[in-house]
Amino acid sequence: MEITRDMVEYVAELSRLKISEAEEESVRRGLGEIIGYMDILNNIDTEGVEAMSHAFAVKNVLRDDVVKQSADRSELLANAPVSDDEAFIVPKTVE
Amino acid sequence: MAWETVMGLEVHVELATKSKIFCSCTTEFGGEPNTHCCPVCTGMPGTLPVANRQVVNYAMKAGIALNCEITRYNKFDRKNYFYPDLPKAYQISQLYLPICRNGRVPIETETGVKKEIRIHEIHMEEDAGKLIHDDFNDVTKCDYNRCGVPLIEIVSEPDFRSAEEVIAYLTKLKSTLEYLGVSDCKMQEGSMRADVNLSVRQVGAEEFGTRTEMKNLNSFKAIAKAINYETKRQIDVLERGGRVIQETRRWDDNKDKSYAMRSKENAQDYRYFPEPDIPPIEIDDQWYSDIKNSLPELADAKKIRYMEQYNLPEYDADMITSQKALADFFEATTDICNNPKEVSNWIMGELMRKLSDEAVEAKDMKLTPASLAKLIELVEKKTINRNKAKEIFGVAFKEELDVEKYVKDNNLEQVSDEGMVLDIVKKVIASNQKAVDDYNSGNKKAIGFLMGQCMKELKGKGDPGVVNKLLSSELNNQ
Repeated sequence: MEITRDMVEYVAELSRLKISEAEEESVRRGLGEIIGYMDILNNIDTEGVEAMSHAFAVKNVLRDDVVKQSADRSELLANAPVSDDEAFIVPKTVE
Repeated sequence: MAWETVMGLEVHVELATKSKIFCSCTTEFGGEPNTHCCPVCTGMPGTLPVANRQVVNYAMKAGIALNCEITRYNKFDRKNYFYPDLPKAYQISQLYLPICRNGRVPIETETGVKKEIRIHEIHMEEDAGKLIHDDFNDVTKCDYNRCGVPLIEIVSEPDFRSAEEVIAYLTKLKSTLEYLGVSDCKMQEGSMRADVNLSVRQVGAEEFGTRTEMKNLNSFKAIAKAINYETKRQIDVLERGGRVIQETRRWDDNKDKSYAMRSKENAQDYRYFPEPDIPPIEIDDQWYSDIKNSLPELADAKKIRYMEQYNLPEYDADMITSQKALADFFEATTDICNNPKEVSNWIMGELMRKLSDEAVEAKDMKLTPASLAKLIELVEKKTINRNKAKEIFGVAFKEELDVEKYVKDNNLEQVSDEGMVLDIVKKVIASNQKAVDDYNSGNKKAIGFLMGQCMKELKGKGDPGVVNKLLSSELNNQ
């Protein structure tokens, strides 16, 4: 499948990423290579092979319902670009 | 032209686990912003979520109770969307293999219409955080305490035709989930939320009309109002030759109106894919039957048992079993005083009235089974009369009360002593000549007034049987 400029713009919009016009072409080519690899995989005969969702044959990795101490709030907020004493702060977003 | 409303429901229910679905933070409601959070639920890079076994147990319980097929091989999927209530920019949910499918919920509306609502699926997912919009500084503050609280979403088929059916279904869901103990289903706190998908079509039409989805419905009352509003709005549009636009609408309960939410063009492209962080969950026969066998007696079975075992009328049995808290209260009180009929009468009368007058939910009330059992016993033994019992009930409803001590301390014992009552009766007759004359001239109702006067003299504590007997004989023997 060929990745077009429109697709790059659409995906960037969904992810709220700002991609400059200069970057657009290289992103387009990069995505194209990844999706192109999927085309190779699509050519493999998987008739009769069940789809897998996980690379390792593990299942039922579960924990018991036990509460543990939450993290220190100031530590959680420390890496946020903007925060106050109690919350992460983002540009005003109203649906 | 006759129109028909067609609705389907998506009900989100917060599960009553102690910890979150993918980390060990508490699910407790409230708390200072971002104090019930850790690197996993705030979506820090490099963290690994691990699923909570109890979430699977609870989802399975709900599914079995709602007559669903349980998916033995479960997977989670990533639902991608970029919105600050979700710090990972995706929600871990189930799209391809939801844990429950093809359920059935029998309902009966207030007007007695019986039908079955089909459940399309129930899936497990995580709740999002809360956004607080600060208009003054033009920013949005994010509180992730609710982020990662486990949810099940119960998706019905489009089987509803009226608001009454929707309410009956939600009442049944709420009751069932409360009995199972998998959720406290508090609509006000958002632990049960219903979105209504609604379209209208002409009666007899096969095709569905274009539907809208309504959100922000915080009470049964709001749901009923919103459904009636939206039905009328869509019919108006169609009768004027217009077209219904598929959109999400937000109900404003203060204005009794719904508004189209501004939805961005690409908002619905969730780009689901299998969740690589959570390995598949396989439910074997042993696990399934352990859960199935752990299911408690549910409302329908309880109702029949109350009618058979305690001889309660169907209406009473239905009301009491409709809420787990009431049924538990009924059983605990009956265990103490062994007088199911009286317990039922108190619940159906005085308790229901109090709950509705004070707008208290049965599960939050202060009244204890011990208090009511004691009241019933004291009335039965004629230690107090029924009116005093009702007064004391009012106190016991508000605070935990040692009923026996309260009766003693406030000197509320019933006065049955005939000599004492006779003195009062004579005094009342002597000082109310007019009522006595009325009575003697054939107005037998005047005895009610005299009875009231005697009770007043006795500070409401007279034994009504004794007072009535002595008053009648005194009047007739004059």
